[in-house]
Amino acid sequence: MSGTMNLKLKVWRQPNSEAKGSFVNYDAANVSPDMSFLEMLDVVNEDLVKKGEDPIHFDHDCREGICGMCSLHINGRPHGPKQAITTCQLHMRSFQDGQTVTIEPWRAKAFPVIKDLAVDRSAFDRIQQTGGFVSVNTGGVPDANAIAIPKPVADEAFNSATCIGCGACVAACKNASAMLFVSAKVSQMALLPQGQPERYRRVQAMVTQMDEEGFGSCTNTGACEAECPKEIKITNIARMNRDFFTAKFFKQEEV
Amino acid sequence: MKLDAKIPEGPLAEKWSKHKFNLKLVNPANKRKYTVIVVGTGLAGSSAAASLAELGYNVKAFCYQDSPRRAHSIAAQGGINAAKNYRNDGDSVYRLFYDTIKGGDYRAREANVYRLAEVSVNIIDQCVAQGVPFAREYGGLLDNRSFGGAQVSRTFYARGQTGQQLLLGAYSALNRQIHEGKVEMFSRHEMLDVVVVDGQAKGVVVRDMVTGEIETHAGHAVLLCTGGYGNVFYLSTNAMGCNVTAAWRAHKRGAYFGNPCFTQIHPTCIPVTGDHQSKLTLMSESLRNDGRVWVPKTKELAEQIRSGKIKASEIKEDDRDYFLERKYPSFGNLVPRDVASRNAKEMVDEGRGVGSSGVAVYLDFADAIQRLGEDAVRAKYGNLFDMYYQITDENPYKEPMRIYPAVHYTMGGLWVDYNLQTTVPGLYALGEANFSDHGANRLGASALMQGLADGYFVIPYTLGDYLATIGPKAVDEKHPAFAETKKAVEDRIKQLLSLKGNKTVDEYHRELGKIMWEYCGMARSEEGLKKAKKMIQELKADFWKNAIVLGKNEEFNQSLEKAGRVADFIELGELMIDDALDRTESCGGHFRIESQTEEGEAKRDDEKYAYVAAWEFKGEGQPEALHKEELKFENVKLTQRSYK
Ligand SMILES: Cc1cc2nc3c(=O)[nH]c(=O)nc-3n(C[C@H](O)[C@H](O)[C@H](O)COP(=O)(O)OP(=O)(O)OC[C@H]3O[C@@H](n4cnc5c(N)ncnc54)[C@H](O)[C@@H]3O)c2cc1C
Ligand code: SF4
Ligand code: FES
Repeated sequence: MSGTMNLKLKVWRQPNSEAKGSFVNYDAANVSPDMSFLEMLDVVNEDLVKKGEDPIHFDHDCREGICGMCSLHINGRPHGPKQAITTCQLHMRSFQDGQTVTIEPWRAKAFPVIKDLAVDRSAFDRIQQTGGFVSVNTGGVPDANAIAIPKPVADEAFNSATCIGCGACVAACKNASAMLFVSAKVSQMALLPQGQPERYRRVQAMVTQMDEEGFGSCTNTGACEAECPKEIKITNIARMNRDFFTAKFFKQEEV
Repeated sequence: MKLDAKIPEGPLAEKWSKHKFNLKLVNPANKRKYTVIVVGTGLAGSSAAASLAELGYNVKAFCYQDSPRRAHSIAAQGGINAAKNYRNDGDSVYRLFYDTIKGGDYRAREANVYRLAEVSVNIIDQCVAQGVPFAREYGGLLDNRSFGGAQVSRTFYARGQTGQQLLLGAYSALNRQIHEGKVEMFSRHEMLDVVVVDGQAKGVVVRDMVTGEIETHAGHAVLLCTGGYGNVFYLSTNAMGCNVTAAWRAHKRGAYFGNPCFTQIHPTCIPVTGDHQSKLTLMSESLRNDGRVWVPKTKELAEQIRSGKIKASEIKEDDRDYFLERKYPSFGNLVPRDVASRNAKEMVDEGRGVGSSGVAVYLDFADAIQRLGEDAVRAKYGNLFDMYYQITDENPYKEPMRIYPAVHYTMGGLWVDYNLQTTVPGLYALGEANFSDHGANRLGASALMQGLADGYFVIPYTLGDYLATIGPKAVDEKHPAFAETKKAVEDRIKQLLSLKGNKTVDEYHRELGKIMWEYCGMARSEEGLKKAKKMIQELKADFWKNAIVLGKNEEFNQSLEKAGRVADFIELGELMIDDALDRTESCGGHFRIESQTEEGEAKRDDEKYAYVAAWEFKGEGQPEALHKEELKFENVKLTQRSYK
């Protein structure tokens, strides 16, 4: 491995949701290319703590790209410069010695900052609560192999189901639209036989809640798809729109 | 207090059915008069909260992440077992039961494990009904793969993201109940204590992690579904926030801790690269279906690899030692985890380790790629290979993966009876937080099964019995126990915030981890454990003098959160060491070097140690008291485990 690097960090600091935030500069010295981006921040934070300064707050948990808890806008891009990974999977070998790295929280009206780089994404949960499920109770369901699902259909549904709810799509979109996130769940369910009975009710409920949460509208710029760490396809949005209009004009009795 | 596991009478296969019939029921109209507190929203907590709410109970659910969907269960990769026998390869409830008891090296309760195997089939049905997209075959039916410790294919999976898909299924059921108003969800809330009123659990004290407000919540029962404590080792495959705090606080309020030293070290993880390392990443056990584990035959060759003179792919077939296949011909690369891990360590100790540090062995897919083609391998394991590449910058399609064991799972946990109740009435533990089903070693793909079994199919029955007994009278939040417990939590926070020393909490955590890994990890000895006990006591004293904890309570304060968790880990560490000292036999993942067979395998001592060690907290600074639950084996014969 090549030697270590020194970086200049420009980090958004904001003590709480009411306070006005600003950028603060920090030096990250002796950064190993094998470190993950969050490990680099850990090291900076440990230095801050030693100096008695409040560490930079950011959300994270699994650090393997699956829980969706980490975020960060890095040099203008959600989850940093690389395609198809989350911030926790980003490694410092993607940066160069001497580089300045600007780190900001997700910016969207529906995602208010809690502190520093951590934002409130509970709007996503509320959208899921209105319809992101199949209404079955525990017990009394048929044998798992009672319904055969063609493999291509199952695979397609799986692709939509891999959304980790990170919010990068919203952060990437100039309108802060949540269409990619919502359409991923709507599509998973619309593709599977289990999702059919509530298909039209679901899409209406979820889209309505999405609008109430203050997410912007979709103008098909595709930034969401480009920045999504799980490569959720924009075709999900088309599928959702189709179902939404079908629900509105032809399937009111099923809503 | 005498431990009563409340195992029902009767033949093994009938125990659960009979027990369900004998349990008291709460009538449907009365259910809405009860409130149940569920701490944790992983597989165990989400499934329990949703199922109880569907029955009509009011549920309050808590998690420390910003959303219930992010619980650590989300990270499970490989799969979930179920005795469906869809393959017609000889599987049955009895075989899954038998494999699990044997895999756990005969240190689990027969009755619990049988029930687990029995309800496993319902789990798959439930998940499919929710829309969980399990892997399917071209005929449209569900696919299976094999996991360690079994000779049948009974593992259901969703690419390398099984935990994610199962949790999103349980999360969707939970969301439906939140929407119905039956579950009140509290995200970013950390539970810091249990409120015990007249010997019964009646509530919790939690901290709102955004505002710092300390709240009390009352309920007729409290379910801890708070996961495992692998992070006591600092480096583990667990998520960064995984902690023992909820379980440890409950322990201090009277819940016995079962088999704390039983830890699982997973054989296939990405090796450590440096001091900055914050966690380790698992490479799923499913990879051992197709990957072959090897090291060079000689130390000299290994040395050439370590210094970068030659590459793995340049080593001739004859110069490779596929040590698992050589030593265990019938299970080969699919031996249970404890066996695979110890063997990897042995190779490294012999000087045949690879990678620049020498602390790794190979997991090689060259044969599989030749046999199946690169695309087929990508379809099965693509996301794992990508993850490996992201972390190491090496292409596993070209060069073998480097892997090494890492802490992964804790079989130990709060002691529970057959009803999943701890020694505190009204306090239950589900999922990884309890000690129940895996004995001294958990088989792969069985934790997801257990979490969902506990939440969907066990607790909805057993909890009703307790609730019917205590009756629906509202819990009085004015009882002084609530204020007292809240005050205790506030005092401890004040004490933590007063620490203005010179060492970071992370430094203490790393030190603790080093002690635990060195002396209470893959190999344990009396001498080492005694030394470690002293080191931990010193570490604890030092922590409460010299740690740095910044900020105030009334804010989002990650410094304070971390400090509270590490303080609890330090105390737990000492108990794990006491437990490891007490058990002078080896069994499963607990390897006492004083107790091994001539071939170096774990040697049990069934005469003396066929018990569950349940530890009782006796007060600060007091030694804990050991209670023993004898394990009776009426259906399986205890033999030395053999995977040869
Ligand atoms: C990388 C990895 C891969 C794995 N792969 C597999 C696999 O393929 N198959 C398998 O069977 N098992 C696997 N396991 C094991 C399995 O994932 C876990 O044992 C299981 O998911 C635990 O579920 P749980 O519901 O008990 O707890 P968790 O999912 O850990 O959930 C714990 C919950 O408790 C909450 N919590 C914790 N403490 C507090 C507190 N103090 N206050 C409030 N809330 C709290 C958390 O917020 C969370 O919601 C894997 C584990 C790891 C680490
Ligand atoms: S669609 Fe992609 S970017 Fe948006 S929340 Fe899901 S995973 Fe994140
Ligand atoms: S921390 Fe879980 S996805 Fe990044």
